[in-house]
Amino acid sequence: MASAPTSLSFQQLILTLHHYWSDRGCLILQPYDMEMGAGTFHTATTLRALGPDPWNAAFVQPCRRPTDGRYGENPNRLQHYYQYQVILKPSPPDLQDLYLGSLAAIGIDFEKHDIRFVEDDWESPTLGAWGLGWEVWCDGMEVTQFTYFQQMGGFDCKPVAGELTYGLERLAMYVQNKDSLFDLDFNGRGVTYGDVFLENERQMSKWNFEVADTETLFDLFRKAAAECENCLANDLPIPAYEQAIKASHTFNLLQARGVISVAERQAYIGRVRDLAKGACAAWMQKNGWAA
Amino acid sequence: MSDFLLEILSEEIPARMQAKARADLARLFEAELNTAGLSAQGIETYVTPRRLVLIARGLPQETAATSEELKGPRTSAPPQALEGFLRKTGLSQDQLSERDGIWFANLEKPGRATVEVLAEAIPAIVRAFPWPKSMRWGAASLATESLRWVRPLQGIVAMLDEKVVDFEIGDVRSGAATIGHRFRHPGPITLGGASDYLEKLKACHVIVDQDERARIIRDGAAAAASAAGLTLVEDEGLVLENAGLTEWPVPLLGQFDPSFLQVPREVIQLTMRTNQKYFAATDGQGALAPAFICVANIDAADGGQAIVHGNQKVLAARLSDAKFFWEHDLAVPLGQQAEKLSQIVFHEKLGTVADKVDRVAKLARWLVEEGIVGTDANLTARPERSRGAPAPALEPRPSTTLGTSEVGQLADLAERAARLAKADLVTQMVGEFPELQGLIGGYIAAAQDEDPQVAEAIRDHYKPVGQGDEVPTAPVTVAVSLADKFDTLVSFFYADMPPTGSKDPFALRRAALGVLELLTHNSLRLSLWEGITHGLKGMTDLRVFPEMPDQAFEAHSKAMQATFKSLPDFFADRLKVQQREAGVRHDLIDAVFALGGEDDLVRLLARVRALQSFVETPDGTDLLAGYKRAANILKKENWTAEQDENKTLSYTPENAEDVLIAALDSAEPEAAAAVEREDFEGAMRALATLRRPVDAFFNEVTVNDPDPAKREARLDLLARMRAAVHRVADFSRIEG
Repeated sequence: MASAPTSLSFQQLILTLHHYWSDRGCLILQPYDMEMGAGTFHTATTLRALGPDPWNAAFVQPCRRPTDGRYGENPNRLQHYYQYQVILKPSPPDLQDLYLGSLAAIGIDFEKHDIRFVEDDWESPTLGAWGLGWEVWCDGMEVTQFTYFQQMGGFDCKPVAGELTYGLERLAMYVQNKDSLFDLDFNGRGVTYGDVFLENERQMSKWNFEVADTETLFDLFRKAAAECENCLANDLPIPAYEQAIKASHTFNLLQARGVISVAERQAYIGRVRDLAKGACAAWMQKNGWAA
Repeated sequence: MSDFLLEILSEEIPARMQAKARADLARLFEAELNTAGLSAQGIETYVTPRRLVLIARGLPQETAATSEELKGPRTSAPPQALEGFLRKTGLSQDQLSERDGIWFANLEKPGRATVEVLAEAIPAIVRAFPWPKSMRWGAASLATESLRWVRPLQGIVAMLDEKVVDFEIGDVRSGAATIGHRFRHPGPITLGGASDYLEKLKACHVIVDQDERARIIRDGAAAAASAAGLTLVEDEGLVLENAGLTEWPVPLLGQFDPSFLQVPREVIQLTMRTNQKYFAATDGQGALAPAFICVANIDAADGGQAIVHGNQKVLAARLSDAKFFWEHDLAVPLGQQAEKLSQIVFHEKLGTVADKVDRVAKLARWLVEEGIVGTDANLTARPERSRGAPAPALEPRPSTTLGTSEVGQLADLAERAARLAKADLVTQMVGEFPELQGLIGGYIAAAQDEDPQVAEAIRDHYKPVGQGDEVPTAPVTVAVSLADKFDTLVSFFYADMPPTGSKDPFALRRAALGVLELLTHNSLRLSLWEGITHGLKGMTDLRVFPEMPDQAFEAHSKAMQATFKSLPDFFADRLKVQQREAGVRHDLIDAVFALGGEDDLVRLLARVRALQSFVETPDGTDLLAGYKRAANILKKENWTAEQDENKTLSYTPENAEDVLIAALDSAEPEAAAAVEREDFEGAMRALATLRRPVDAFFNEVTVNDPDPAKREARLDLLARMRAAVHRVADFSRIEG
């Protein structure tokens, strides 16, 4: 940001958000150690959004979206990037103000910038989840997805949780006034985001799009689905949910390899949704919560 | 008289829902007043992203007192009946009156204070509000039946004059204070009521009136463009959307790198519009300028510098993404892209998109080779004609006017265009912006040095996309567009998937309308039967192979036959709808359709037009009257005459009889010949010569003569007249 005297490095940005949300009563959790397409898949969001118990947590989650890979050649797209997730249940009455406070904490000056809440209803077909909310714009750039969960895994959220998802790289590009995310200042001492991740993008893009063995992937998908059923049969919702995440990511890889036709696509999404819903239903049941 | 102010403050209301919310609020409020027996002198509603507002002016302080007489049981009825009546009315027996042995209760309802009525009405309105999508929130949402609103409700101002109308909805209690602009005036504002609401909010950087915000955006965007020497591309939809996203709109002009202008203009405009809600601008030559106008929601401390800077960066990122796609797409020959269409299923019963492309290419080629679609000279669009003006005779079929080599060239171009027309479906650009299909292919074809006619055909072959859309006239485009739509229709009818009721998932009605527009607008002479035959060849190529089981072959033959039956009827129905909407009398269309056997829609319409001109003349009206009289007599007599031209009369005909015979002798062959050469005006003129003889015949000759020979001959004569008229149209279908 041109107007900020000193702009935050990528890691300072994360630390600032951690402090901010920690001070507001959030547990600061660590990333889930599995490949997933969005922070929402973290059990701290999905499973904790269910049931009546209060829950406040914040964490960074690495996200993998194989089809978004550009071999490190596009300054705005990555197949692996970070989301900052905050989940507050029940949604506090001043959630918008709390959120805006976090933007102020990372140095956004509301006297000079244009913050807007633009309708964007969120839906995750693979999680059987939806919510209402906005994408938050800062000077025309979407910096956060702001959602009031209404359903998760096909169940009504009682009570409703508020979910904030910051796109960390985008936010950092904005705060640091950079045109390429590879030029982002990572640590304030000369290391860039590209130094850390450019080669990773190149190799992973090649693997995602060209190399990954599709027979192995199809096999993995089938096995994850079967294992999920096995877990459910043994009344183990959390391991079952992990297998659903695994199936979901494997499906994303198959998509990137271009081996799933348009007609089959819906069937795969439906399969993953059934697994995720099954895990959520088992979780509800195990906790003794009524739908 | 009092004024009422209601402000419902919430988190941001989606822009697209705001206009309807205002209308709903006014409607529900009025209904509540009506029920209470109140009325306001005026109701105004306003909406901003954060507030839904109603001001009702000139409300009485209380509702009028009413009295109502209620009839009770007979005085002789058992005591339980009287007890029940007393319970129901809340009265005691001595408060009842008795008339003719029946108890009556006189219920006096005193007037209610308006403030009380409102305190009940507003919560009822909030609970029943018909948002297209609503939500639950907060701690209360532990219960599924908690209060719902479009987004979390933050506060309610309800005041009758200076007094708060006190009530509670969910966790929210009504009051007299609101807040201003989210950043410019976040603290509380205490209101004096409807009288100072708009002013006070404006002082706190909220323009409550949506029309005023729209005006500021409309004028401000135009001014920002012209200050930079540019012209705003007007866009009322964007004006309203931005008015729905701002409480204090400030239009600001930004720039983008001119090197992005190599990306098709439509892509840039679409990105700016749908993703960023920006207005576009053009330079003095009408070309897209490397600039945009965004609408900020704040009068920023630095005059908007940082906001413009930020928006420029966002747009640059989006445009560089688009440019990346564009350069990638340009580098791949369209022909190579088209090969990938074999991996996309068009419909499970109808093969891949590549299969469809092959069918369309063959059909487009056939349309040219048959001379159905020719060069521009033959594609003389029907000149605009006012109703009732004489219709021009139809052009002869143009096949003779093109040399063989010219036909071959045109056919090659049509086939080439058809083979490339769908290739852009696999480009990244169309993947990002599906609404630009066709257009992107056209740009790529031009850049890859395809013939300009081919590029144009790729670009425009989806047209016309609906009533009122531009109808292509360039021959290559017409051939591809017609072939594409015709193939879609034939294919889906072959697969027995016609539209049913309101369901038309493959947009077949639109495709049929497109075919009709292409045919009529360009006066193309296509026999539907021939067209269907050739369209079905494509399905035969797809389905029939030497070793196929007999059963499958039979199914195929059946499907073909069914298409021949159902598709022409479908076209006829669509034609009637199209013509009715164009103001052509449906009885005249029916009169021509009733003749049957017509499969050339252009010829059919020429006949309808000639008929319409004719029946509106005095000759036409009188002949119609004469025809109806004759038809009625024949019907009454149940007369079916055999037409024997050589039959000589056994008596001396009366003068008028003789004149009619002579008139028929000349009009019949004349009308027939005119119909033969498709000169329907001429045919009508020939019929017109019958008018006076028919009138005279009915005036002077008795049909029902006692002499059976005379009666028979005269009925025959009327039958002959009817038959002559039917050569042109079935007049019995014409009203009047």
